[in-house]
Amino acid sequence: MIDLSTDYLGLRLANPLVPSASPLSRDLDTARRLEDAGAAALVMYSLFEETIAASEEAAARFFHEQAIGFGEADSFRPVPVADEYLSELDDYLEQVATLKRSLSIPVIASLNGISADGWVHYGRQLQEAGADALELNVYYVAADPFESGAEVESRYVELLYQLKAAVAIPITMKLSSQFSSVGHFVRSLEAAGAQGVSLFNRFYQPDIDLETREVTPTLTLSSPYEALLRVHWVAALYGKVDLSLAVTGGIHTAEDALKALMAGADVTHLCSVLLKKGPETLGRIRTDMLRWLEEHEYASVQQLKGCVSRQHAIDPTAYDRANYVKVMDRHRSPDGVWR
Amino acid sequence: MNAGSWLTIDGNEATATVAHRVSEVCAIYPITPASAMGEFADAWSAEGRKNLWGTVPHIVAMQSEGGAAAAVHGALQAGSLATSFTASQGLLLMIPSMYKVAGELSPMVLHVAARSLACQALSIFGDHSDVMAVRQTGFAMLCAGSVQEAMDFAAIAHTATLAGRVPMVHFFDGFRTSHEVAKIRAVEDSVLRALVSDEQVHAHRARALSPEHPVLRGSSQNPDVYFQGREAVNPYYIAFPGIVQATMDRFAALTGRAYRLFEYHGAVDAERVMVIMGSGAEAVHETVDFLNAQGARVGLLRVRLYRPFDATALLAALPETVRALAVLDRTKEPGADGEPLYKDVVTALAQSHMGGDPKFGRLPRIIGGRYGLSSKEFTPGMIKAVFDELGREQPKNGFTIGIHDDVTHTSLEWDAGWRTDAHTGAVQALFYGLGSDGTVSANKNSIKIIGEATELYAQGYFVYDSKKAGAVTVSHLRFGPRPIRSTYLIGDDEAQFVACHQPVFLQRYDMLDKAATGAVFLLNSPEPPERVWDSLPRRMQQQMIDKRIRFYTIDAYQVAQDAQMGKRINTIMQTCFFAISDVLPRAQAIAAIKAAVEKTYGRKGGRILEFNFRAIDATLASLHAVPLPETATSGFERPPVVAPDAPDFVTRFTAALLAGEGDRVPVSLMPVDGTFPLGTAAYEKRNLALEIPVWEPELCTQCGKCPLVCPHSAIRSKLVPASLMENAPENFKYRQALGRDYPQDHVMMYQVAPEDCTGCGLCVDICPIRDKSNASRKALNMAPIEPLRAQEQANWAFFLTLPEYDRSAVKRTTLKGSMLLEPLFEFSSACVGCGETPYIKLASQLFGDRMLVANATGCSSIYGGNLPTTPWTVNAAGRGPAWNNSLFEDNAEFGLGLRIAVDKQTEYARELLCDLRERLGEDLVAELRAAARPDQQGDEQAIAEQRAGVALLRQVLQDIDDPRARALETVADALVRRSVWIIGGDGWAYDIGYGGLDHVLASGRNVNILVLDTEVYSNTGGQMSKATPRGAVAKFAAGGKPTSKKDLALLAMGYDNVYVAQVAYGARDTQTLRAFLDAEAHDGPSLIIAYSPCIAHGVDLSFNHRQQDLAVASGHWPLLRYEPARAAAGKNPLRLDSAEPSIRYREFVETETRFNMLWRSHPDAAETFLTESQQEVRERYHRYRQLADLPPEPPVDPAARPAEPPIPPTAEEDGS
Repeated sequence: MIDLSTDYLGLRLANPLVPSASPLSRDLDTARRLEDAGAAALVMYSLFEETIAASEEAAARFFHEQAIGFGEADSFRPVPVADEYLSELDDYLEQVATLKRSLSIPVIASLNGISADGWVHYGRQLQEAGADALELNVYYVAADPFESGAEVESRYVELLYQLKAAVAIPITMKLSSQFSSVGHFVRSLEAAGAQGVSLFNRFYQPDIDLETREVTPTLTLSSPYEALLRVHWVAALYGKVDLSLAVTGGIHTAEDALKALMAGADVTHLCSVLLKKGPETLGRIRTDMLRWLEEHEYASVQQLKGCVSRQHAIDPTAYDRANYVKVMDRHRSPDGVWR
Repeated sequence: MNAGSWLTIDGNEATATVAHRVSEVCAIYPITPASAMGEFADAWSAEGRKNLWGTVPHIVAMQSEGGAAAAVHGALQAGSLATSFTASQGLLLMIPSMYKVAGELSPMVLHVAARSLACQALSIFGDHSDVMAVRQTGFAMLCAGSVQEAMDFAAIAHTATLAGRVPMVHFFDGFRTSHEVAKIRAVEDSVLRALVSDEQVHAHRARALSPEHPVLRGSSQNPDVYFQGREAVNPYYIAFPGIVQATMDRFAALTGRAYRLFEYHGAVDAERVMVIMGSGAEAVHETVDFLNAQGARVGLLRVRLYRPFDATALLAALPETVRALAVLDRTKEPGADGEPLYKDVVTALAQSHMGGDPKFGRLPRIIGGRYGLSSKEFTPGMIKAVFDELGREQPKNGFTIGIHDDVTHTSLEWDAGWRTDAHTGAVQALFYGLGSDGTVSANKNSIKIIGEATELYAQGYFVYDSKKAGAVTVSHLRFGPRPIRSTYLIGDDEAQFVACHQPVFLQRYDMLDKAATGAVFLLNSPEPPERVWDSLPRRMQQQMIDKRIRFYTIDAYQVAQDAQMGKRINTIMQTCFFAISDVLPRAQAIAAIKAAVEKTYGRKGGRILEFNFRAIDATLASLHAVPLPETATSGFERPPVVAPDAPDFVTRFTAALLAGEGDRVPVSLMPVDGTFPLGTAAYEKRNLALEIPVWEPELCTQCGKCPLVCPHSAIRSKLVPASLMENAPENFKYRQALGRDYPQDHVMMYQVAPEDCTGCGLCVDICPIRDKSNASRKALNMAPIEPLRAQEQANWAFFLTLPEYDRSAVKRTTLKGSMLLEPLFEFSSACVGCGETPYIKLASQLFGDRMLVANATGCSSIYGGNLPTTPWTVNAAGRGPAWNNSLFEDNAEFGLGLRIAVDKQTEYARELLCDLRERLGEDLVAELRAAARPDQQGDEQAIAEQRAGVALLRQVLQDIDDPRARALETVADALVRRSVWIIGGDGWAYDIGYGGLDHVLASGRNVNILVLDTEVYSNTGGQMSKATPRGAVAKFAAGGKPTSKKDLALLAMGYDNVYVAQVAYGARDTQTLRAFLDAEAHDGPSLIIAYSPCIAHGVDLSFNHRQQDLAVASGHWPLLRYEPARAAAGKNPLRLDSAEPSIRYREFVETETRFNMLWRSHPDAAETFLTESQQEVRERYHRYRQLADLPPEPPVDPAARPAEPPIPPTAEEDGS
């Protein structure tokens, strides 16, 4: 029997296939189907700090501040007691508790925040609700040309530091690919107490509506090609850091997952493929993975992990700049294009 | 004995908390100032609060007060304990049922927050006009004079009615008592339990209609017995005062609070006594104590049980020493020789005197007077004046006190500066805030804090503005060691604390007139402490020096911003109050404020709580004491209220009201019949906008959308000859007119009225044009009003001097063209971003110069006709919409009456034309008669010709010496086509006025009905109507409205001659324009149902257009036009103007708090409602689609025979 188990954030997981933050975890039935299909853990949909703030604002406006100072309508508030409503945060905490109650796999809460206050405030409550770990998605767009890369990095580290002081459960950071020195930065996070990093976040891309000339955020499902960037960086980190490594973005097949593991990932996150083809796909990927391991006579995932990392690759320079040159050399223009 | 725990609540809540505990059924309908009672009852039942018998009372919201009364009547007849709450016109609508309830001796209590009646004008404020109109119904009437009494008397009334079977009106003064927050003792459950007899409840049940022991009740009687039947109830009425007194005595034994039917207070040997009921008695009590302490011998006789009137008890209560009585009525009975209470007292004394054993050796002199109508102030100075009058040789009878009657000279003079010592040792504080800045709610909290944390008595009263946008609130707070009986506002030189929460008020109000010597003045100002002095007008500086004011300032908006509180400054200002006023130790006060914030936002407040705490903590460091200089240094004064060139009436009358000095307006200045000039809103410059739109002429395509959507008519277009631009101010913008419809030598301009703009930004939002090189720049862009204000003021002034484009040359069917028509509805006091006013303004542009408007009571009657000013205005020729608001319930019928009268006048004019044919000339007569035919189209060309014809007619008539010519002169104007508009909200059209609306639709008369559908009762604070969509949260529907919105359009289409349109200008403006034009042109009833986003929807109204768009795209609001004229032309009359729903219903409801809040409070119900609504909009669309796609019915061939002759009904089937 091949041992698929893996260690992630100090948790022993049955296999390296973990659905990433997505709407799939909003629904208990879907979550159950994922578990039944073999998901080793579940990263919940992201709790957005802005959404919570907006919902609190809306509630405050609707319940408490609907006065316009007119004698006939001194309030538009429909109920005198607002204590009974469920906030966005309540919903999330409730869902954490429900999933914990109903599933036997670890549940990782995902928090997408902007302010240090928010992280600490909500992180603590997520821990109390029963989350096994926290995945922090720092959705920070460094658009300010007067802010240096070092300042951006120290912002992350500081956030993590504060949260570590507040919660005891493991914390993993979901990172953007846009850091100039990913390795160095991951080491800083590790030093600040991160138990893992998840590579990489896929940002919403602002699109331009040609008719209205408005900017509209878009997010399309990933393609397997995107996994390669992640694989590249996991390969580079493997062996250089002690924290857990996760690949997220572009894992659609067993082959994609195997490559990530070979590069050194502890887990691979799945999202687009599950959204597209249903939770049961995870089971098929697991079966395919088993088959490949069997065919290639691997006894365990542990054995496979990092076998083609930069440290162990047959030609480690292939991960470096040489690789770029090689690829460019091989590229041919379509016929008829003059160059 | 259980005196009860301390509560700090208002009169409405005090009353409702008793009523809810002793009732099983409450039938409710909103009306100010009673709405809150029904709302409390509804909310408590919604959260499962039980009555005395352990069951949750059932609350039913009705379509009118008439409906509520009838539902209560039914519930009583079926043996339930039933109640209702109302006021004013609502009470009048209940009268028919009240006779029935009393005639059947059904025990019930109707709680009334007594309010003025609509006579020469509507008023929402307090007096006894309404309750005096029901004294003949057979209901007993018990009057509470304070918040404590409102609670106690609610308990006594519910108990006594069960014991004596006489139904009761329990009333108290609207606003003064209903809305006063006071520290009182609760009536605990145990007290109610001990009072209310289960045996009597069971007896009531036993009398109920039941098929188990059936009876006939409500028979019709003939001359033989009806009279006797009326007299049969006498024993109950004779016994009832005794029952009420006995109940009061039991109540006293239970609580320690003793009451008498008529209660005397004052000197035992008083010679002069005032008789009064209601809250005024409290002020009299206070004044009597003060006068007697100074050696006067005066007294107060307070009337508690007004009906049945127990003359014996009245006489028994009066000291034998009384020589003169003044009876004060808070009502007016025009034409009577005295008001009701006065006449009752006179009768009681006269009867005693005529009887065998008179109470008085000599009949005391009795004078009657009126006071306090519509919450007019009733102060110790006035009360003293009445006592003084009583001491005169020949005191005035039928006097008034509190006004200056320089016409019939009824009024008594009084000393406005006269004070009692009631406030020695007390704190009086005044707070000037904006309606939306939370000042009132913070002050209510402060009262609670002080009420709960100290031994002090507390009182809070809140004076509201008549405006919705930028409303001003003044909070009057008192705290003191003795019970507070001062049922009047804090007067000049009295307040020890004055707070100005908005710096803009420095320009508007003389706030320090109210400040006492040595008072604290707290100012929220962006100016730093060292410069704030210079921002004060000179008069205010001088007052500060003269009164040795202690001056504090804080930049509360900065503190709020730093604490991420946005513009919420209420807790910051509240902290300042406690920090400076020393009512409580600072630390205790701050802890209490935080606790109150926590209570307000609840445990779900999340970070808003933290932000508040942060702001509270940061406040003290930002609060600065400012030392006063020796002399006033300011170089400016508060600007005049209206421009110096305003018309005489505006200067003398309107300006006084605007300045808050309306109390000083003498009777002679008042129009005798409630008639006021139009166009006065233009003189009230409110300067609300922080940003105004700036036009970019080179980008603009002159589409006309911005003036269309402006809720306040503050951006206008004009098309004038280019030659007129010679004298234009330097920065005045204009551009050559685009397009072929207008002369090339003309220029177009879009000009903003900077002081009337409210800064809502909707004009910029709708602007479709973007700069090709900079997408963020449109043809209109918002920019800070400074430094533009002065420049744009000059530009606006110049714009107003430019002529209007010839109406008959305007292409009305285009937006651009129609927006060249002058709006005759401008600068209303509607909310910023109001979704209703653009429709009204559009109608005024298209038809205003020949428009008659019947306006249902509601938001549109308030922003349309609440003094001091009106947005309805006139054109250069002096023509404009003639406007009246009859009532809430009768608007359609009222408008129909206008139409019928106009039609009759037209008919009469046509007849007179015929009669005078020979003198007038055949041609003129034929032309005028033809033009005035009802089927004539009302296009501008035709109107111009009709007007020219009438002008010519008038000239000719001058020379005709014939009585018929004189008669024709009076009706000649009716030969010009009139446009009758019946305007109101959904509360009117769907609920209270629906019966009348239906009848008017069926009448076939040419009226135009505009329903401004906000899908909720907006004016009274957001109660559910039948227009409220399924799943929306509203008052009376806290769990989401479970039923669907009534399809008024479909119902109206049931009549084949009704033009029906459903429009949403923010989704499709041209369809709206087309509908207005076609509706008006239709010779028959027209109904336009207009989607109107409202603040009650819980959306930021700067997204008004987006919400309209979503409503249409989701299928919530299908756009349609049903045109009978098309049917006549052999086409399908229905046109569906919006496409199949293109977005999910969820996408619409998620954007509005009225819907999405339900996911937070009742998530399962919300999902169910959503599914149902999604299904419903789809089905409705397909139903409409099918109707619109049906091939038209071929016209009936008169020669064709019916297929089967109808079968005549049998005798059994013929139910007639």
